[in-house]
Amino acid sequence: MRDISMERVNATRQEILDTVKCASLTHEQKVAALANKAISMMEVLDVPAGLDELMHQPIETKCICDLVEGNAPLRPRYIIPDYAKFMKEGSEFLQLDPPKDLFEALNSLLIFYKHVPSVTNFPVYVGALDELLEPFIDDVDEETAKKLLKLFMIHMDRTILDSFSHANVGPKATKAGRLLLEVEGELEHAVPNLTMKYDENITPDDFALAGVRAALKSAKPSFANHAMFREELTDGYVIASCYNGLRLGGGSYTLCRMILGNIAKRSENLKDFQENQLPYVMETMAAYMDERIRFEVEESGFFENNFLAKEGFIRRDLFTAMFGMVGLAECVNILMEKEGKTGRFGHSEEADALGVTIMEQIDAFNQVHVNPYCEATGGHFLLHAQVGISEDIDITPGTRIPIGEEPEELIDHLKNCAKYHRYFPSGTGDIFPIDVTVHRNPEFVLDIIKGAFREKLRYLSFYSSDSDVIRITGYLVKRSEIEKLEKGQAVLQDTTALGMGAKQNGKILQRKVR
Amino acid sequence: MERSCREKYVKAPVNKIIPFSSVDGPGNRTAVFLQSCNFNCRYCHNPETRKLCIHCGDCVKTCPAGALSMKEGRVLFDPEKCCSCDTCIKTCTHDASPKILYLDAEEVFERVRRQMPYIRGVTVSGGECTLHPQFLREFFEICQKNGLNTLLDSNGTLDLSEQEELLKVTDGVMLDIKAWDARQHREVTDCSNEMVLKNAVFLAERGKLAEVRTVVVPELFDAEQTVRRTVQLLAPYLVAGQIRYKIINYRPMGVRKEYAVYRTPTAEEMQHLKRIAEDGGFTDVIIV
Repeated sequence: MRDISMERVNATRQEILDTVKCASLTHEQKVAALANKAISMMEVLDVPAGLDELMHQPIETKCICDLVEGNAPLRPRYIIPDYAKFMKEGSEFLQLDPPKDLFEALNSLLIFYKHVPSVTNFPVYVGALDELLEPFIDDVDEETAKKLLKLFMIHMDRTILDSFSHANVGPKATKAGRLLLEVEGELEHAVPNLTMKYDENITPDDFALAGVRAALKSAKPSFANHAMFREELTDGYVIASCYNGLRLGGGSYTLCRMILGNIAKRSENLKDFQENQLPYVMETMAAYMDERIRFEVEESGFFENNFLAKEGFIRRDLFTAMFGMVGLAECVNILMEKEGKTGRFGHSEEADALGVTIMEQIDAFNQVHVNPYCEATGGHFLLHAQVGISEDIDITPGTRIPIGEEPEELIDHLKNCAKYHRYFPSGTGDIFPIDVTVHRNPEFVLDIIKGAFREKLRYLSFYSSDSDVIRITGYLVKRSEIEKLEKGQAVLQDTTALGMGAKQNGKILQRKVR
Repeated sequence: MERSCREKYVKAPVNKIIPFSSVDGPGNRTAVFLQSCNFNCRYCHNPETRKLCIHCGDCVKTCPAGALSMKEGRVLFDPEKCCSCDTCIKTCTHDASPKILYLDAEEVFERVRRQMPYIRGVTVSGGECTLHPQFLREFFEICQKNGLNTLLDSNGTLDLSEQEELLKVTDGVMLDIKAWDARQHREVTDCSNEMVLKNAVFLAERGKLAEVRTVVVPELFDAEQTVRRTVQLLAPYLVAGQIRYKIINYRPMGVRKEYAVYRTPTAEEMQHLKRIAEDGGFTDVIIV
């Protein structure tokens, strides 16, 4: 463990005091923030030379960002427990027998959720709720089942205080799934996030339409291209956190991201970007991720001591890591300008083709880079189109077209998405606010989903332009909660603060309504 | 060879093409609007689609983008320069538009193909699209060959019983019943409704009447009678195929100013009409 300066210690102590006194944080949010402050004073990782110059910079020039995972990672960033195993076998550590009816199943899950760590200290995956609950759903009459599900979902919304928590339904239609979609449409909650795995050859239209109707009321579920994910990640894949495709029983050790626009800024021209700057940043970030993973696996003791691993709810060899990027749009636009060209990302074939070339280069790098602890995904990381953080200014999430520059017609927007979604097995997605007239024609949305998935789009989210729950970048927040926070009141869920930042810096309320 | 092939298709005046429409039939559809209409509905909310351009040149003078010009006595339109400000529409005193493109079935289909596979079908509307029956037949033939569902949105003045070839390639018709009473229908549209009602029955018998719709303008005609009698007329055919009844609120937006004087119906009036349709056996009734 290396020393740090007294100056840094004192600066952190001041931040700790500010956190203690902060009026707009809840107690839980303060405790989480204090833990992050504590770990920020650690220096135990053997980081690559040059990382500091790329990472510890203002947001306008920073090229690498580790998304507040901390200097001594004590657990993987995202953990995907095998809840089906828990339902079948119970847990010795939690002193729970396998549930025998719907009451016990819901109670057991709520207990389990409180013991699933993550970067946010809340579970980023809460299970394929339809599959988990279907065996129990006929234990009680339908009205009681719906009431129980409602209480279960309310419990989650008020105790999992972070909307990076994610449930899955589909692709098969089930009674439990239908009831869940009804309940979610009625509750209009931000937590948990919800994805319907959709495959037009498996998912019946009426089940998918129940999903669309719920989405037009509560901004969820989003829709994941089941055929595409299972081909890349096997049948045992889940969607967690924002929209991250990961393996069941595993997860992701870490997620770091490159800020591509800032790499373009430091490049003299396209040639310099492609031959020097981008390769250098990719090498540095990959080396940094390798070191974080080494510490987690070899030193933190997590996989030896946590009950999730000991009882087999997770397996170390099902974990991978996410190689993230943001700001392809800015990157392309800056490089086009440096080459003396006028086309802009999302509006010019030449600009979009440059975007594809850059993605091909990143993909090729990742296919060559090997990490010994990513056996679950062929020894490689998975590319991830990161959705941004609230401090991001003039940085567009992943490969999206910037808000305010969306093409006039949705078809042109979708054709742009189709070029980029294929690169990101660990997640990407586009978001479309939909005009309220579509409430009368949910098939309109389903037709778009069907077409999009045939065209190899990966993941789509819709919400009604008049809804209170809205999708910020990947996660959900209530507009009414943002308004409270803007007035300086403490709010229950930590993601509301991120939503407020994104509203102010990311213009997320100004998306083009379709 | 190619040229002679192309010549087999007739051209039709196209006002606009909406790539993704959620309001012109079930699911996501590309909607094609043809220019000119033989009705003169008082409440028409896109009156610029009613007539063909007479090439007076008034709009050429007011266009701020230089997208319009006169050549050999005809107004020419350059879509590349158009800024979509609609100054030409506001200038026109003939209920027309200079922005009409004369396109044949293949040319229109090329503009539809871009949206595949995101759309389930096409809807041709207007204006009154059945003023161009040969274009419709040729266009729908191509659409069906490419797996697209085909819908017509019509005022019902073309005798469809004599359009066997067109009906073969038409999956459904959405028909306006603008008033039941013949005299009132003339007051609303300047035209008779005899053919409209004949078409309604003809299509319903064949399971090709996808939708009927009535725009409710309380001071203009008896909407209650119209809904009640339409439902009585068509209910016997519901077994042949589901018919949606769409009951539409009159709104003054876009209506010619001399006719933008009527009141909008109340929510209670609309609900009352919906109940009449439902009591008459229609299960798919929506208020817009």
